[in-house]
Amino acid sequence: MAKMKFLCDAERCIECNGCVTACKNEHEVPWGVNRRRVVTLGDGEPGEKSISVACMHCTDAPCQAVCPVDCFYTTSDGIVLHDKNLCIGCGYCFYACPFGAPQYPQDTAFGVRGKMDKCTFCAGGPEDDLSDAEYEKYGRNRIAEGTLPLCAEMCSTKALIAGDGDEVADIYRERVLRRGGRPQTWGWDTAYKA
Amino acid sequence: MKLRKKSSGVSAGGTSDVNNRLSGQALNRRGFLRNSGLTAGGAALAVTAGPAMLQKATAAEGGNSPKAGVETQKVHSVCTHCSVGCGVIAEVQNGVWTGQEPDYDSPLNLGAHCAKGASVREHGHGERRLKYPMKLVGGKWTQVSWDDAINEIGDKMLELREQYSPDSVYWLGSAKFNNEQAYLFRKFAAMWGTNNVDHQARICHSTTVAGVANTWGYGAMTNSYNDMHNSKAMFFIGSNAAEAHPVAMQHILRGKENGAKLIVVDPRFTRTAAHADQFVQIRPGSDVGVIWGLLWHVFENGWEDKEFINQRVYGMDEIKAEVAKWNPAECERVTGVPEDQMKQVAQTMAENRPGTIVWCMGGTQHTIGNNNTRAYCVMQLALGNMGVSGGGANIFRGHDNVQGATDMCVLSHSLPGYFGLSDGAWKHWSAVWGVEHEWIKNRFDPDAYETVGDKQVPPINRPGMPVSRWIDGVLEDADNIAQKDTVKAMVMWGHAPNSQTRGPEMKQAMEKLELLVVIDPYPTHSAVIPDRQEGMYLLPACTQFETSGSVTASNRSLQWRDRVIEPLFESQPDHVIMYRFAKKFGFDEHLTQNIAVNGDEPVIEDITREFNKGMWTIGYTGQSPERIKEHMKYRHTFNTTTLQAEGGPLDGEYYGLPWPCWGTPEMKHPGTPLLYDTSKPVAEGGLNFRARFGTERDGETLLAEGSYSVGSEIQDGYPEFNADILKNLGWWDDLTDDEKALAEGKNWKTDRSGGIQRVVIDHGCAPFGNAKARAVVWTFPDPVPIHREPLYTNRRDLVADYPTYEDRKSHYRLPTRYGSIQATDHSAEFPLIHTSGRLVEYEGGGDESRSNPWLAELQQDMFVEINPADANTYGVKDEQMVWVESPEGGKIKVKAMVTSRVARGVVFTPFHFAGHAEGVDLIDKYPAGAAPYVRGEPANNAFTYGYDSVTQMQESKCTLCKLTTA
Repeated sequence: MAKMKFLCDAERCIECNGCVTACKNEHEVPWGVNRRRVVTLGDGEPGEKSISVACMHCTDAPCQAVCPVDCFYTTSDGIVLHDKNLCIGCGYCFYACPFGAPQYPQDTAFGVRGKMDKCTFCAGGPEDDLSDAEYEKYGRNRIAEGTLPLCAEMCSTKALIAGDGDEVADIYRERVLRRGGRPQTWGWDTAYKA
Repeated sequence: MKLRKKSSGVSAGGTSDVNNRLSGQALNRRGFLRNSGLTAGGAALAVTAGPAMLQKATAAEGGNSPKAGVETQKVHSVCTHCSVGCGVIAEVQNGVWTGQEPDYDSPLNLGAHCAKGASVREHGHGERRLKYPMKLVGGKWTQVSWDDAINEIGDKMLELREQYSPDSVYWLGSAKFNNEQAYLFRKFAAMWGTNNVDHQARICHSTTVAGVANTWGYGAMTNSYNDMHNSKAMFFIGSNAAEAHPVAMQHILRGKENGAKLIVVDPRFTRTAAHADQFVQIRPGSDVGVIWGLLWHVFENGWEDKEFINQRVYGMDEIKAEVAKWNPAECERVTGVPEDQMKQVAQTMAENRPGTIVWCMGGTQHTIGNNNTRAYCVMQLALGNMGVSGGGANIFRGHDNVQGATDMCVLSHSLPGYFGLSDGAWKHWSAVWGVEHEWIKNRFDPDAYETVGDKQVPPINRPGMPVSRWIDGVLEDADNIAQKDTVKAMVMWGHAPNSQTRGPEMKQAMEKLELLVVIDPYPTHSAVIPDRQEGMYLLPACTQFETSGSVTASNRSLQWRDRVIEPLFESQPDHVIMYRFAKKFGFDEHLTQNIAVNGDEPVIEDITREFNKGMWTIGYTGQSPERIKEHMKYRHTFNTTTLQAEGGPLDGEYYGLPWPCWGTPEMKHPGTPLLYDTSKPVAEGGLNFRARFGTERDGETLLAEGSYSVGSEIQDGYPEFNADILKNLGWWDDLTDDEKALAEGKNWKTDRSGGIQRVVIDHGCAPFGNAKARAVVWTFPDPVPIHREPLYTNRRDLVADYPTYEDRKSHYRLPTRYGSIQATDHSAEFPLIHTSGRLVEYEGGGDESRSNPWLAELQQDMFVEINPADANTYGVKDEQMVWVESPEGGKIKVKAMVTSRVARGVVFTPFHFAGHAEGVDLIDKYPAGAAPYVRGEPANNAFTYGYDSVTQMQESKCTLCKLTTA
């Protein structure tokens, strides 16, 4: 089976927020909830880099490990989903997540969608695939429709790539080769230089 | 487990208490439809809710979300924000826009979208739209029917026309019109009897169009976004593509990954600069100095393309004489850029050819905008970068159809196709329209107010007022204006007033008008600027997703939009509104002589066919609606670099038939992907520079020497073609008898048979001749582009060496000031340079995008960027509220963003915000429920007087300001 992954190519990301509004549009995500956001480092300084971040669908997901009601599950495609019928909105997953992915509706504790909300890799939730009930709680299920997350599909510069990890790696590797030299991804210097 | 049913309203949103209150009061669309017996005010609505609306109630029941098991239609359209022309796939269920998919087949965007494009489905929600016609009664917005609105407005206008001449009504159109609507609008204004018609291209790229057309023939982007894949160097000046044209960055970064060097020249370290190989930070308004400083190194080292210059450029010696003054020391004194940086950039451009230049508002919006644009052209000519793939002047246009609306000449100085306003132009278009030239003439004020040479010239042949100056048309003393009286009625049809400078005076003008009509999908900032009691109307136009028609992307490609949804609420398509007004004014039959009308809707395709029959100058003649639609259908068959179809039914044609697409549609010209590219025959999209400025000057030829497009039977330069030249060459008998009848006595622009173009192209020639580009525009105030200091400058040491122009008595009907403003030294009290620009989330004045919650959430505060050093000097901390005040008294209260993105001494504001005035939120002045989610101070309220010497472009890229904490 595929192992679904996101990769954001910081050499290409221009912080246009297309991924953010594509997500809002696709799932009618309410104001105040951001399943995906773009983070800019060194804003306005030489070396400025931007990167689009959402749930990274970790293989050994910390949210899943800490959840007191065990509402998380991993699909056969390696996508980490959760069950809003079980979620108690405690925020422990938010505490555990290294990417700040879990979101909580702003107006009330059990607001618009209720409970915790996060990126589903456009794969819906435990309700029947493509049902109205699924759409209402989790948004659209593109994976069941045979397409990929809309944020990546619509990325203005093809910086954000989503899909099977092996294919994502192939696309990125080819790009790096064309650019020549070392992988020009953000963080390389920090990780491997000196 | 308690899950609340998802609300379709945006009540969860809201940036402030005020906002939440408002969304509580507001009627959302479904609420409105369900309760269609009621209005916000409680009055009965039943009379105005037509059957179509009630029908929609069932469709819209249950929101805009996709429903399982319901049939889904996919409709193809084009994004309505910027000029890249991104394809949009809309999913529609039962007439409701429920989803949006990437358009991978589009060769322009390959499925990609920026924040704006990825959120266009919100147009189908339209919670904050202007929902029905409104008028001010006793200072309150009151609903009115369309019929009453048109009657009341029409009666008032006819009365003004009678009393003050047709010139008393100003028709301000829009780059948001599709081509057909833009064309119809220009024709409409002509038939009303005025040249007081214009649109935002005036304040966008007018200096480009004038500068570029006067250099080599046509005023448009010469290559394409896609062609940048082939560039070896990309030179951006005054363009922040990452925010203004994000999807273009896909092509730019592809070019960069292919090895191109990316150079960004800008006063700010922009998001585009963040991707540059070389970034050059300049003092705002010093562009000419920068370009001449670069050329100084080019000429010094002999890097210019001598063969290209000899064959294809006139006047380079005069340029060299000016450039000689811009030695590295002088360049640094004026621009602030040190010698080593300049030399490095010049060398990079010289060693990496072909290189392309990209410029936008940073270059155009200046009192010397036309000098800037011509200097950019000269740089490309000197390097021999024109007419080649990978080179060219890639001028990124702004709005989705600003190229098309410019080509259709929603402009005060020309009829469609840049024919100008001469009697010959009027005769040509009268013939196309099927009306008598005399009839049109009689629609205008016959008295003359201007003398040209020793001739009195009436308003029909003189440019009207430009949009940048409409406020002076209202406020100026009538004796100083070259028309019968001042402007009394203003129609703002798809225009954001906050995109214009001098906000405080605009308020006065809006209050002085006898009638102010806003036609727009949103109330716009116009709705809340003036303190008026009456005499103001808001009429709901629908968006381009609620109608169909063609749209021209920046690269001159035409695309077709199919209608995604029916017009929401009581909104109507622009061309329907035009027709209804024409009916009121009694010239509906003249307006639609060749155009079928369904109910009140002129048939869009018939309008396309009509302009196909007249736009010979720039080749908008070959793109019939049928051909454009075929291109949409087979868009997947086009190469994404060359834009040429490979196989399939359109084999060899270029995507969207980029103009010029010569001759009739039957001639099947493939379109011209790169302007002035001599490596291909004209019949296959090749071209050379246009012979537009005569054949010789001071005994020197202006025609090309030894350069011609491949396959040309005339293997040298040649003048533009007319019937006589065809006869002399023995080509006349190539015309059919029918063509001969129409072509007799005509030239390539006015022969309505298209025969002259066909025959000339058969012989391998360009209909418009083959000349040199001119580096010196002897008809402009500064024939050789020179640097002049801005009107408001704090570099008083440079004023003596680089003074602005003298004041002018009448330019576009109005007195225009230069020297008298520059004479006053404001630099002590107003020490900082103020510049402006764009944010990716918003577009133009922002009323549409700030009303879209998906976008509005991402940028909730108007701000000013201040360098940390200045922040410390003026005691400003990050996120603190500050006043930014101009020497003319305009002031805005905004949040400080302390950042080294701007240089010391420069502050930057984004111009998309509106809805506030001097620190006060004007939310109560909008019609209920129609205020944008995000409001803020309009940057342009703190921008000042200043207009380009050729086009009246506004100066909105450098003025002075002072900063105080609020």
